[in-house]
Amino acid sequence: MTTTNNPEISIQTDDFSLADEVALLEYDNAVDGAVVTFTGRVRNKNEGKAVTSLTLEHYPGMTEKSLAKIITQAKERWRIGRVKVIHRVGELFIGDQIVFVGVTSKHRQDAFAANEFIMDYLKVQAPFWKKEATDTGVNWLDAKTSDENKAATW
Amino acid sequence: MIKVVFFAALREQLNCSELSLKSNDFSTVADIKQHFASRDEQWQQVFTNNALLSAVNHEMVNNDQVIKSGDEVAFFPPVTGG
Repeated sequence: MTTTNNPEISIQTDDFSLADEVALLEYDNAVDGAVVTFTGRVRNKNEGKAVTSLTLEHYPGMTEKSLAKIITQAKERWRIGRVKVIHRVGELFIGDQIVFVGVTSKHRQDAFAANEFIMDYLKVQAPFWKKEATDTGVNWLDAKTSDENKAATW
Repeated sequence: MIKVVFFAALREQLNCSELSLKSNDFSTVADIKQHFASRDEQWQQVFTNNALLSAVNHEMVNNDQVIKSGDEVAFFPPVTGG
């Protein structure tokens, strides 16, 4: 497991528990009425090919810095309480959890928007790369224009 | 010295994850890219690709970013996490 000094960010090989993460966002937190979570998982198909596994690589140091910057931007734009971002690295299989974003706020609109913003920016700015093993071979995934376009809408 | 690191598909294409350069020979990221592009055909292909991303000391930068001794320069393809 990779640990960072920032308790809002975790880059790790281990799996995470959605229930535990929600409990941490809610613990001793009576001011926030909204908890919005997103979990990303490994799909069984990508662009028509049957996926067997994914290998996630990242740039240690820059990844944490990049995610911290995205979280700071979200806090500047919306009135949010707690934030947690977890991203797994290493080899992952179908159905495995890859990424978690959890945000709390007093009312739901801020947490919904900030969660989507963090995920959209993570997709195009945080230095992670996916290598996919399919029934036809192993290849690095190409970045999607649709992700760039989505992030540009904020 | 300048530490240079490569990631993902780039690292595999170049068969290199890390190397060092003499800082006196380069003033910008563009200079480093030009130097690498002149190595051989494989390196030329990688370093003339417009999609290539660059970071200095863990921040995304453009080609005109100034480099100084002790910097860590990274080159990698567009990111695909999440």
